[in-house]
Amino acid sequence: MGSHHSDRRQFLTESAALASLAAVGAVQSVSAQTPQADARLKDPLAYGQPSRFDNTVRKSLGNATPINDTALTTPLQDLDGIITPSGLHFLMDHINGIPEIDPKEHRLLVHGMVDRPLTFTMDEIKRFPSVSKVYFLECNANSRPLRGPNGDSVQLVHGRTSCSEWTGVLLSVLLKECGVQRDAQWIIAEGNEANKYTMSIPLVKSMDDILVAYAQNGEPVRPQNGYPLRLVVPGWEAIRSVKWLSRIAVVDTPAMSWHEAGNNADTRPDGKALGFRFELGPKSIITRPSGGQRLPGRGFYEITGLAWTGAGLVTKVEVSVDGGKTYKDAQLQEPVHRFAHTRFRFAWEWNGDEVVLQSRCTDEKGEVQPTIAEAAKILGVTPDYFLQADHFNGIQPWRINRDGSIQNALF
Amino acid sequence: MTIVLGVCATALAQGPTYRFGTAPSQDEIKARDTAISPAGRELPPGRGGVKEGATVYAQKCLACHGPDGTGTKLHRGLIPLGNSKPVKIPGSLVPYATTVWDFINRAMPSTKPGSLTPDEVYAVTAYVLFLNDVIEESTVLDAKTLPEVKMPNRDNFLAVEIDWKPGQRRPLGNYP
Ligand code: HEC
Repeated sequence: MGSHHSDRRQFLTESAALASLAAVGAVQSVSAQTPQADARLKDPLAYGQPSRFDNTVRKSLGNATPINDTALTTPLQDLDGIITPSGLHFLMDHINGIPEIDPKEHRLLVHGMVDRPLTFTMDEIKRFPSVSKVYFLECNANSRPLRGPNGDSVQLVHGRTSCSEWTGVLLSVLLKECGVQRDAQWIIAEGNEANKYTMSIPLVKSMDDILVAYAQNGEPVRPQNGYPLRLVVPGWEAIRSVKWLSRIAVVDTPAMSWHEAGNNADTRPDGKALGFRFELGPKSIITRPSGGQRLPGRGFYEITGLAWTGAGLVTKVEVSVDGGKTYKDAQLQEPVHRFAHTRFRFAWEWNGDEVVLQSRCTDEKGEVQPTIAEAAKILGVTPDYFLQADHFNGIQPWRINRDGSIQNALF
Repeated sequence: MTIVLGVCATALAQGPTYRFGTAPSQDEIKARDTAISPAGRELPPGRGGVKEGATVYAQKCLACHGPDGTGTKLHRGLIPLGNSKPVKIPGSLVPYATTVWDFINRAMPSTKPGSLTPDEVYAVTAYVLFLNDVIEESTVLDAKTLPEVKMPNRDNFLAVEIDWKPGQRRPLGNYP
């Protein structure tokens, strides 16, 4: 490390990293992937750090489990615009320690139902035509309604979504290079961390818009986000965007790997379960003002937040300042990107009365974000079903009390 | 380069365009491809029963998963398999026994993934399935018997919409 050690954020990050190392004993170093001798942390002057007065950091949900040292949420309430800084991207991994992978040793193997199995080095992958896209990634378990103490912060309830500019090569380009065979239907993507996390993805999506990404927000993908290579599957639950990507098998049936074959299934009142869920529904949340914050007094406020949808484009966000009785269009930050967080803004004058603020997203397929009551009706369940369910995209109401304090008003 | 979206049949005429990459040897592919599919074709030789599995469990799993797989404060229990969800399907949630084998083989024990021998994986998988009332105490698992184990919820999963194309509306019931 360099000499400028007073930076609070740097300290926090390091101690969090040290704590997680302590928890697992040592960094899992995959064999033949020892970093080079000159691999070291960046000097905080050579690589700029935020002000020490700025305490914008990821947060854990609080309950310690062996995998929770990497379960951290994005501070949506403190961010502006649409890009999540890479160091604040949410983390949710089923792993034991972040792997340290030397890109010189890293190989991507593509095999299975292809005419020409191939392994690619990182240098080779970067020689393919590159694509940069602004895409959100959202965990399928984001937005459990009462997560964290009283479910009162946007960070703990909704902070498992983040948005980056990703750069890489289209997966379809790599697959065509190998020649996909006629009866193939799926790919299985595998990471190179100790657990070799695997996920199955239909071939139609793989031949469409999936990125094999090596850069995030202009720099190499951060280790916690999949360095040196990861999948980015736009609009789909982020469990399919496999990090530390090292193997792609082209197959005719899905792997039914642990985290797709039941562990993440949503069960239904009729005793059935949906094992595979792909595309995420339209969603929006007001990030300011939001739960846990306090308005200092009556007067002008800008209501702002984020909207996104697995369908592609957010076409409309409406804001209600009367608990959903009436809605008015919010202003969308231009340009609106497909499969990206979309920033909305809405001018508002608070008169000091108790009010409930909420937002509603409509997407390019004409699908509209439901209230929790509407969502429950679709599934034939009571609203408390969503306390544990995944894929919840219901409208989030925040109540402003007369004293300016703000609470989650969902239940 | 023409890009035809989402049509698998076009794959037939795919020739190499850029000619980057190296052909891997069959041994390399074999060494790296450890995944076990539901049909179990890739399962290695070996065998193990509930009794040996209990021994493996006591030595290598109990510290985290607790006696009889009921879990400790820090770790999820193994009964039932899978997350507890709003409406629980009783018993084991995953549809294929090969999934349990594959996950234990690749990810457990979580401090030393990949360290178990095939015999140990067969045995401790048998023990876990026995704890979940899926198999009898006398069952011995191997490459032939494991894929034959019928998980209680095999038929309770709604079919994967393989015909679904990107850009299509989500099928009803897949919402929200
Ligand atoms: C160091 C602690 C630890 C040890 C030892 C350990 N496990 Fe685990 N086990 C975990 C954790 C943590 C998870 C959750 C992992 C995840 O979410 O991917 C887990 C998950 C599982 C699961 C999936 C259950 C579920 O509900 O997610 C099975 C099955 C399992 N372990 C079996 C075993 C077996 C068999 C052994 C012994 C060979 C073992 N484990 C040893 C920590 C441990």
